[in-house]
Amino acid sequence: MITIEEFGRRLRAGELTSTQVTDACLQCIDRDNPRLNAFIAVTADEARRQAREADQEIAAGRDRGPLHGVPISIKDLLDVRGLPTTAASRVREGHVAARDATTITHLRQAGAVFVGKTNLHEFAFGTTNEDSAFGPARNPHDPSRSPGGSSGGSGASVAAGMAFATIGTDTGGSIRIPAAACGIVGLKPSFGEVSIDGVVPLSRTLDHVGPLALSVADASLVYHALLGDAHALPPVPLPPHSVRLAIPRNYFLDLLDDEVRARFDEAVARLRDAGVHIDEINLHHTADIAPIYLHIVLSDAAAYHAATLDAMPERYTPNVRIRLEMGRYLLAEDYVRALAGRDVLRREVDAALAQHDALILPTLPIPAPPVGASTVPVGSGTEPVRNVMLRLTQPFNLTGHPAISIPSGRTAGGLPCAVQLVGCRMQTDALLKVALACEPQIAPGPLPRSGNVGG
Amino acid sequence: MTIDVWLAAAIADAERRGLPELKSMLETLARATAALRAADFNQRADR
Repeated sequence: MITIEEFGRRLRAGELTSTQVTDACLQCIDRDNPRLNAFIAVTADEARRQAREADQEIAAGRDRGPLHGVPISIKDLLDVRGLPTTAASRVREGHVAARDATTITHLRQAGAVFVGKTNLHEFAFGTTNEDSAFGPARNPHDPSRSPGGSSGGSGASVAAGMAFATIGTDTGGSIRIPAAACGIVGLKPSFGEVSIDGVVPLSRTLDHVGPLALSVADASLVYHALLGDAHALPPVPLPPHSVRLAIPRNYFLDLLDDEVRARFDEAVARLRDAGVHIDEINLHHTADIAPIYLHIVLSDAAAYHAATLDAMPERYTPNVRIRLEMGRYLLAEDYVRALAGRDVLRREVDAALAQHDALILPTLPIPAPPVGASTVPVGSGTEPVRNVMLRLTQPFNLTGHPAISIPSGRTAGGLPCAVQLVGCRMQTDALLKVALACEPQIAPGPLPRSGNVGG
Repeated sequence: MTIDVWLAAAIADAERRGLPELKSMLETLARATAALRAADFNQRADR
């Protein structure tokens, strides 16, 4: 598998065509989707048409930018005109999108090729991708494991070589969790930067749209295309010796799988060896993160789903239906308390970043869990899978800070681990400069990739 | 409304609606609500 950057060089040198790489992705889908279940819909004919058009434009001297002719998959939560947006739910049966989501319009303008729509946890309300009307997606590194969620099919599609990048959504970690579980890069931009128009909501105050890709540079290219800036190149990395990071210790390092902790410690040591300055800090009010998140996401989701919970409850998967129903019992006064707590957390993270370029912490406290597991062993105890998977990502949906997950090696069993960098609000490009500087030290050697596009 | 009163009413309503499996989740939610109400960022009219 090659990166978008490398494909762009070879496309413009006449060594590869969009048609060739699109065909390779579609062949990979034909071969591997039956066991990974990453895609809900494959748009092979339309993808080949878009690829031919992209090649014709390049031949005619029209270059739309770095995503020109690049095969991309789309989480089936975003509207693509003429296609159903299933949200992996029978509740959406019969839906056909009348128009593109704003981000899809931007990707079309950038010349991207859409290979299909990917599987997800129903209505993006889960971290494992198991509760889907289309069955669970599986992890390319070990199909007995979850690819993470909710953008699980998206993560699997890139890790398996079925697409060069994918578009996901992140309400509590749904871009970064599958990126970490599948060994690829996932970027949650700062809240409000990327349009959520044409995206089925989970919580309008927590939802983010962003890319999953093979490298930080590729994630940067897709992020800028999502903004409508199709010709932007990745920012220049900071020199490592000028980067100042902070490790938030309490809460964030309290509950980690031993191998995840070891890969994190090794990445931090490599960064320090490269000259990166790393402090250790403590954040306050971390014990309140989960209660605050729960009261906001349950209330927002219940408001959106109330009518269909009453009209067609049997169309939801049982687990998602019950969690949505829980939100209908919350009191307004507790929702308001959660909003106040959210402001406090935002100020805590802002203060921590006043003297640092980014926070650094693991993305996922555990490696990808087995499909069907409801609890996992962590440290000396056992934790509910959903709680532990959200633990390190949901704080930054509450606060709105941009965050990126970068692969940091594997467990002895070959499962990916990942490190998360969190930057200042509304400064996603500044975070990308830090991430580009740190990626070589965080990722020891080649990223864990499969697939066969471009050798 | 105290959390105990809220929880009892919520469980009774869930059972009336044929959703007894909500009980354990509402009990978990009640613990989260108790933690939220105990947080030091909450304001009180008498302080």
